Amino acid sequence: MEFLADLFEWFTDPINWSGTEGIPARLWEHIQYSLIATFIGALIALPLALVLGHTGRGGLLAINLTNTGRAIPSLGIIILVYIAAGLNLLPVYAALVALAIPPIVTNTYVGIRSVDRGVRESAEGMGLTGFQVLKDVEIPVAMPLIMAGIRTSAVQVVATATLAAYIGFGGLGRFLIDGLATFDLAQMTGGAVLVAVLSLAVEVAFGALQNALVSEGVAPRKRTATIRAKLGSTTA
Amino acid sequence: MDWAWVGSHLDDIQHLLLQHITFTVSALFFGFIIAFPLALVAARYPRLYQPILGITGVLFTIPSIALFLLLLPFTGLSETTCILGLTIYTLLVLVRNTVEGLRGVPDDVKEAAEAMGYRPLALLMKVELPIALPVVIAGLRIAAVTTIGLVTITALITFGGLGAFFIDGFRRDFATPIIVGIVLSVALAVAADLSLVGVQRVLTPWARTRR
Amino acid sequence: MSMSSIRTRRVVAAFAALALLSAGCAAEDGTLDTGGGSSDEGGGGPVTVGSVNFTENIILAEMYSAILEDIGVEVETRQPGASREIIFPAVEQGEIDLVPEYTGALTAFVTEDEVTTTSTEELVQTLSDELEPDIQVLEPAPAQDQDGLVVTPETAEQYNLETVSDLAPVADELIAGGPPEEKTRNVGLPGLKDVYGIEFAEFKSLDAGGPLTIEALESGAIDVGRAFTTQGIIGDKGWIFLEEDKPLIPAENIIPVIRADASTPEIEKALDDLSAKLTTEALTKLNALVDVDKEDPVDVATQFLEDEGLLGN
Repeated sequence: MEFLADLFEWFTDPINWSGTEGIPARLWEHIQYSLIATFIGALIALPLALVLGHTGRGGLLAINLTNTGRAIPSLGIIILVYIAAGLNLLPVYAALVALAIPPIVTNTYVGIRSVDRGVRESAEGMGLTGFQVLKDVEIPVAMPLIMAGIRTSAVQVVATATLAAYIGFGGLGRFLIDGLATFDLAQMTGGAVLVAVLSLAVEVAFGALQNALVSEGVAPRKRTATIRAKLGSTTA
Repeated sequence: MDWAWVGSHLDDIQHLLLQHITFTVSALFFGFIIAFPLALVAARYPRLYQPILGITGVLFTIPSIALFLLLLPFTGLSETTCILGLTIYTLLVLVRNTVEGLRGVPDDVKEAAEAMGYRPLALLMKVELPIALPVVIAGLRIAAVTTIGLVTITALITFGGLGAFFIDGFRRDFATPIIVGIVLSVALAVAADLSLVGVQRVLTPWARTRR
Repeated sequence: MSMSSIRTRRVVAAFAALALLSAGCAAEDGTLDTGGGSSDEGGGGPVTVGSVNFTENIILAEMYSAILEDIGVEVETRQPGASREIIFPAVEQGEIDLVPEYTGALTAFVTEDEVTTTSTEELVQTLSDELEPDIQVLEPAPAQDQDGLVVTPETAEQYNLETVSDLAPVADELIAGGPPEEKTRNVGLPGLKDVYGIEFAEFKSLDAGGPLTIEALESGAIDVGRAFTTQGIIGDKGWIFLEEDKPLIPAENIIPVIRADASTPEIEKALDDLSAKLTTEALTKLNALVDVDKEDPVDVATQFLEDEGLLGN
C-alpha cells in the first residue's frame, strides 16, 4: 500500500512535470522517436509490400518476415549499431525501424493478396491499368489489414522505444532505467504506466484513423479477425 | 568478428543458449496451461471475452523491462521472476488466438456434430480443436518467437540467456559476442517457428491434401 | 481410436519429452539452481557470485569464482546487475551469496546514512554490526576504489579546475554525467550540493564509468564525468581526477561480502588470502588491461591469481 502512495506522490510531484527530465519532456522525446521510426518503417515497408502483393511475388518472405522480424532482439541491435556508429540516435532508429517494418510488410501483403480475384479481374476487365487496380481497388479493400499492420507496428515501436534510455538517451524509458538503477519502484511504475497509456492512446488513434480511411462495406469483421489472429496483430 | 573468441567461449555460448531455451519453453508451457482454460471460458461465455482480452492486452502493453522490475519485490532476482514475466507476455497472444480459432469453427459443423451425438468434451477434442488448430498454433508461433526476443531483456536482471552477450559486448566495445547473441537468438526463433509449423502439419493431415 | 488422436498423443508426448529434457539439461548445467539459501550448513549448495556492471567489479567477481572453484567449491556466476540497489537486496534475500563490495559505499547503503569516515576499521565494524549474523563481511583488501570526478585537461584549464571545490563557482555552466544512482546517493549530486555547493547545469544519466560516460566525456557531451579512482582508462586518456578537498567520499576498500549460510572456513581463508594481495595499483592495472587493452575479464582475473600464486590447491 505504501507503494501506491509513493506512486501517487511521483505522479503528483510538480518537479516531475517540469524541466528537461520531467514527464512532458520525456513523453515528447518518446513520441518523437516512435513517430519517426514508424513513419520511416512505413515508408520502406509499404511500397515494397504493395508491389509484392500486387504482383504476387515474394509471398513466402513477406508472410514469414513478421515472425522472423519479431525474433530480432532490439536490445542487441541498439548495442551493435552503437558500437559501430557511436553515441547518437542512429542505433535507436536502426532498431526501431527494423522492428516497425515486418508487421507492415506482412499485413499489407496479405491484405492485398486477399482481395477477391473476381474483384481484381472485373477491375482489369473494366480497363484499369495495373497501377490503377492497385490504387483504386486493391488498396481500399486491403485497407483494414494495412492499417492493422501500421497500428501493430506503432504500438510495438512505442513499447521498444524505452530501450533508447539504455544508451543514455531520453524518452519514457529513462524512468525505467533510472528507476532500475536506484530501485525506485514508484519511478519505474510511473514510467511503465506512461508507456502503457501512450500505447493505448496510439491504438485508439489508429483505430480512429482506420475508421476514417476504410470505406464501408469492406471486409467482414469475422474473417479479418481470424486473419489478424494468424498475423499476430496485438491490437483488438 | 573475432572467431577466436567464439572458439574459446563455446562453454559460455552453450550455457547461455540452454538458459535461453529453458526460459522460453517454460514460459510457453505455463502460458499455454493458463491461456487454454481462459480461452475455453471466453469462447463459451462471449461476455467474458472482452474483459479477459482487455486484461491480457493491458499486461502486454507494459514494457518488458518494467514488468520484470515490478516482479522483483515479489519473486526476487531469480529465474522465477524471469519466467513469470515471460509467461505473462505470452498470455495475450495465446488467449486471443485460441479464442479466435474456436470461434472460427463454423456453426453448422458444430450443429452437425451435436446432432450426431457428440457430447461437449468430444465436440471440443474431436471437432473444434482440430479445426481451430492452425490459428492456435499460429498463436504459439508468435508467442514462441516473441518470448525468445524477450528473454534477452532479462539480461537487465542478471540473466538474459543469449542477451547476456549484448551487455558484455557493450561494456567492452566488442562486437563479436553481440553478433553471436543476435544470430543465435534469431536462429533459435526460426527453429522454433519451423518446428511448430511441422507440428501443425502432423496434427492436421487433412490440410495436406489441398493442392 | 482415431488416427488424429494417436498423432495428437504422440506430439504431446514429444513436447513433454522436450520440456523435460531441457529442464534436465538445465538442472545439470546449473541453469535452474537458485544458488544461495539452498542449504543450511555453510557451503552445501553452489555459491552464487554476483557483480555490478562495471569492469572492476566483474574482474573481482571472476577472481572470487576462480578461487572458490580452485578449492573445490561449486560456483554459479550471475550476469552483472545494474547497481548495488538491485544486487544487494538479492544478497539479503538469498538469491546471491557472494559479492565484491566497497566498505564506504556499502555502509552508506545499509545504514541509509551519510558516511564520510576514512577509517576502514570503523566501516568494517559498522558493516558487521548491521549485517551479521546472516551476512558476513570478510577481511578488507588494501585496495581502494573511490568515486571521483573527471575532466579533460582542456576543461581543467578553461575553468581553472584542480580540486572539487574549484567546480562550485562554475558548475552552473557545466554538464555532468554519471550513473543514474548519482542522483540519489549522498556521494553523488545531493552530497556535492550540501558539502561543496555544486549544482550542475545538467546531469545526464549514463553508466558507472562505463562506455557511455567515457564516450560522452570524449565527445564533449559532458564536461564532468563520474568515474572511479582505479579506472586505468582515465590515466590512459590523459584525463584528470579533481582532488576531493572536503570530506565527502569515505574509504572504499574492496571487501568480500558473503552469506553466512554459504560460507565455510575454507572459503573465508581463500577470499582473505586473495584480498591481502589486492592493492590499488594492481587493481588499476587489471582494469586497464580490460578497458584499454580489451582483454577478457576472465583471462585477466585468472592471470592475476596465477601470478600471485593463489591457485593450485
